[in-house]
Amino acid sequence: MTNPATTLSSPGAAATTPQAASTSKKPQSRRRSVSRGWIGWLFIAPFGIVFVVFLVSPLAYAFYLSLFSKGLATGTIFSGVGNYVKAFTDPEFLSGVWFVLRFAVVLIPVQMAVSLAAALVLDSLTTRLANFSRLMIFVPYAIPAVIGSIMWGFLYSPSFGPLNNLFSLINQQAPEILNSDNIFGGLMNVVVWQWAGYYMIIIYAALRGIDPSIYEAARIDGANPRQIALRVKVPMITSALVLILVFALIGTLQFFTEPQVLKPIANGAITASFTPNIYAYNLAFQFSQFNYASTISFSLGIVVFIAVYIFLFSTRKRRGGFSS
Amino acid sequence: MTAATITRARPRTGRPKRNITAHIFLVALVLYFLMPLWWLFVASTKDAQGLFSGAGGALWFDKNFNLVQNIQELFTYKGGLYLRWLGNSALYAVVGGVGATVLAVLAGYGFAKFRFKGRDFSFAILLGSVMVPLTALVIPTFMLMSQMHLTNTIWAVILPSLLSPFGVYLMRVYAADAVPDELLDAARVDGSGEFRTFFRVAVPLMRPAIVTVLLLSVVGTWNNYFLPLAVLSDQNLYPITVGLGGWQALAASNNGGGASLYTLIVVGSLISIIPLIIAFLSLQKYWQGGLSLGALK
Repeated sequence: MTNPATTLSSPGAAATTPQAASTSKKPQSRRRSVSRGWIGWLFIAPFGIVFVVFLVSPLAYAFYLSLFSKGLATGTIFSGVGNYVKAFTDPEFLSGVWFVLRFAVVLIPVQMAVSLAAALVLDSLTTRLANFSRLMIFVPYAIPAVIGSIMWGFLYSPSFGPLNNLFSLINQQAPEILNSDNIFGGLMNVVVWQWAGYYMIIIYAALRGIDPSIYEAARIDGANPRQIALRVKVPMITSALVLILVFALIGTLQFFTEPQVLKPIANGAITASFTPNIYAYNLAFQFSQFNYASTISFSLGIVVFIAVYIFLFSTRKRRGGFSS
Repeated sequence: MTAATITRARPRTGRPKRNITAHIFLVALVLYFLMPLWWLFVASTKDAQGLFSGAGGALWFDKNFNLVQNIQELFTYKGGLYLRWLGNSALYAVVGGVGATVLAVLAGYGFAKFRFKGRDFSFAILLGSVMVPLTALVIPTFMLMSQMHLTNTIWAVILPSLLSPFGVYLMRVYAADAVPDELLDAARVDGSGEFRTFFRVAVPLMRPAIVTVLLLSVVGTWNNYFLPLAVLSDQNLYPITVGLGGWQALAASNNGGGASLYTLIVVGSLISIIPLIIAFLSLQKYWQGGLSLGALK
């Protein structure tokens, strides 16, 4: 059996005589590619099943449920786009969307600045300290967001956190971070701490992929290290930066874990509709409004799609392709 | 571990001098990123009273070193509930992570190395699905699961964790370059079947990407909070994230009585982050290159 495709396509005569195999070459190679196409599907099928069951069907089911509403007196009735009209005029949902959009707009540039600066500095050094720092900055990525939030929750405490130690040195009362004035910054710090190292590693790896002879050429042309970093390195890793920005945007709009964990100690600063995901969770599990919770989930998906589309569209001219 | 990375580091022409400002910047970053972990370690050594009014302040040890007693109390509290959560997390992360990786490797290879009808269309759908916010699927998934009477079972956490469109994308990008068509054709000419070729020729070549996708999916499942929070109600099935989050809420809701629970939360957090930190530090040579896969394209 030298050629499995031959025996597979013609189990009877052809395999025994080499002459027959060579004369009927054309139809065989065609059949061979068809049979290999089948095998391609076989490789994809296991993932395909999971994809259909746990991505396509929840989406379809959520959409289906969102078209109905359930009332005590009326029972379940078809309400068409009624739930969507309700959602996009619901001040609680809109305030949650407004919060995550504002959060993304402030958080992502800060996070990007930290990780890009760290990656550029690390790329220019080859010392032991630099290698050690790269690992240590990355470590928070391995820590669950729940535990990151619990730790920062303790650290934010004005009575027994380090802020208390710090402010008592100058005889001042430590500020309350988990109140409605400061919660924005408090949550931002948790997220930057958690994710900046991960983004830094991706940027760093992209920087290491650049051919260093380009830096040499830039140096001969009289560029200083700062110019090389900003005018040569950064433009060359644009596609990595766009990818990170898209993931950061998608992640931020789904904000759930950190505010949910900090909620019990935040003195009411984190409400039941603080972010769209928290709102959907509470609608489903506190108020059993599954139809409306599905609508909120689906609407969040729509908001994310629109936001990512606007972002990719606005950066289209300045980047290489995202897809392969 | 640093020695290895230094020797691998590409020699840069010129400027070997140490940049003081750059190093100060790095030290400041490291202090910021490690400070909460240092606090966690210090706090884990304190008793309930010391945690809130320790002599040395929040970032230094109290007069008595209570770490061992805290761990003992943690492991025996409510019949070893914490160890159960740790075991659950490991089970979900390993089964979910390995499963997601296997599916991603198979599908990525299929997309990269076979031409068939509908391939480009399916891949376009896959790329689009990377943009779907997976947490928006949690509540619909919960409702589907409850129709199938699967909520409050380990499958409710494990099965949805098998979904990793980004893993498939990474594997496809990597397999397209790392596995030469000529090599596959040569194996086929030698009489190797498609699946044998895949295991013997393609998988070894895809190893760096496989380790990366495995780490990403194990971490993703280990750290997951929203999905298990929604689909589980039996606390014996909780992973560590949902368990500790629950203790945190409980401790906050009864102010005075929660004090002793706080020491358990703190030492429980410390113990739970150790496995993944060790995994990352020991596997660094694999993932450091692998994480850039998607970005380089």
